[in-house]
Amino acid sequence: MTASASREAATVVHVRIPSPLRSYTGADEVAVAIPVLAPELPPTVGGVLAALDVAYPGIRFRIVDEQGRLRRHIKLFVGGRLTRDLADRVDAASEVMIVAALSGG
Amino acid sequence: MPRTRAAAQSAPARRVRVLVATRKGLWTLTSDAARNGWKLAGPQFLGHIIHHAVCDPRDGKSLLVAARTGHLGPTIFRSTDSGRTWKEATRPPAFVEGSGRIVDHTFWLTPGHPAEPGVWYAGTSPQGLFRSADGGASWGGVQGFNANPQRKAWCGGDQDGTPDGPKMHSILIDPRDPAHMYIGMSSGGVFESGDAGANWQPLNKGVRADFIPAPSPEFGHDPHCVRYAESLPDRLYQQNHCGIYRLDRPSDTWQDIGAAMPKSVGHVGFPLVVHPRDPDSIWVLPMDGTSVWPRTSPAGRPAVYRSRDGGRTWKRQDRGLPRTQAWWTVRRQAMTADRREPMGLYFGTTSGEVWASRDEGRTFRCLARHLPLIQSLEVA
Repeated sequence: MTASASREAATVVHVRIPSPLRSYTGADEVAVAIPVLAPELPPTVGGVLAALDVAYPGIRFRIVDEQGRLRRHIKLFVGGRLTRDLADRVDAASEVMIVAALSGG
Repeated sequence: MPRTRAAAQSAPARRVRVLVATRKGLWTLTSDAARNGWKLAGPQFLGHIIHHAVCDPRDGKSLLVAARTGHLGPTIFRSTDSGRTWKEATRPPAFVEGSGRIVDHTFWLTPGHPAEPGVWYAGTSPQGLFRSADGGASWGGVQGFNANPQRKAWCGGDQDGTPDGPKMHSILIDPRDPAHMYIGMSSGGVFESGDAGANWQPLNKGVRADFIPAPSPEFGHDPHCVRYAESLPDRLYQQNHCGIYRLDRPSDTWQDIGAAMPKSVGHVGFPLVVHPRDPDSIWVLPMDGTSVWPRTSPAGRPAVYRSRDGGRTWKRQDRGLPRTQAWWTVRRQAMTADRREPMGLYFGTTSGEVWASRDEGRTFRCLARHLPLIQSLEVA
């Protein structure tokens, strides 16, 4: 499902959602549209999460803390590559996968 | 501040509802009018760590729940219909971007003064104070505390403190003056503000802190639970890491009332309850704080201890409780009272049991077993 429709040029990024966050999305995979600022600059991971939060308010703070860092037990894969850098670029062909690692009993 | 005795009346004989916040979700116990039959309902928020669930006494139907999970960041859920439906806060408690600090969880919730409907306060781990003016939907830091240049000296670093993280708790709003507040911090001590949190003064004279080299530090103490007497708001009590204390304002020196506890039981524990109409009647629930701090009931024989004279003398109350081999204990926000006559006393254990007395601790019965570890119990 496309979370935000825009008449402007947008990059659509597919995001896989782990079960602890599906109370926000109601789905295990969503697509978010991120406005293209410049063709040579694909959106960042941080931009994807910001767009996700616009579509599903509150979801970003559960996975990113107030200092802009990924929470300890959250992992992000972009196109299958692990990253913790919210400035990493995401091209439209890449899928972002959010993983909530198991923690505690 | 004038010493006044507030009017306090017992509640009519209606059902009692108790919010049971656990490490795995929220349950509710509801009684009949006689407080004899009880029904357990839940869970809500299954799998969430609920540190505190509180009903707003100003309307009797608004609830706030401080929640997080093992994976996800902390948040607040709110209900305006007694828990039938819930909404998440749009802006949960969070430190200022650039401060370098991160809220691990919201630990404590306190409804604001009756003259300030919609105001709530939250205390976090690590120590932070937050305020909402819209019924818990959005929260901002009380910067008089959070950005105070002395805060780190008072509290230590965010990695210091108790095993589950240092905490702000026991946010007390003076029922006669919404700008007059007390807070308790583990670690940090008790602090007072007379201007709605803009400025803070330590209030720890007379309290031991035997884990600090200085003999009488001004701050850095470890109060576990601080309460005031509703019927005499200038009377404060605290169950501390190093004993039990009473403070009668305007004095600023706490009196040691734990020394009168039996030596075999000791004066360590977490929760403390004050009778809603009798400022001299208090209850504590001792735990084993010897050697490596087992944090169990002393000798596996749990009991509450009641004082009717402001802590000068104590009496053991354990009728109905297990006589032996019961090694649970009770967390600081997991013992509470109703407003009925006689007062009902309730506590929830680390082993997931809820115990209740409808005769002020003379006899106890178990209302629920097999729940997850109980973090807090509040009468709604």
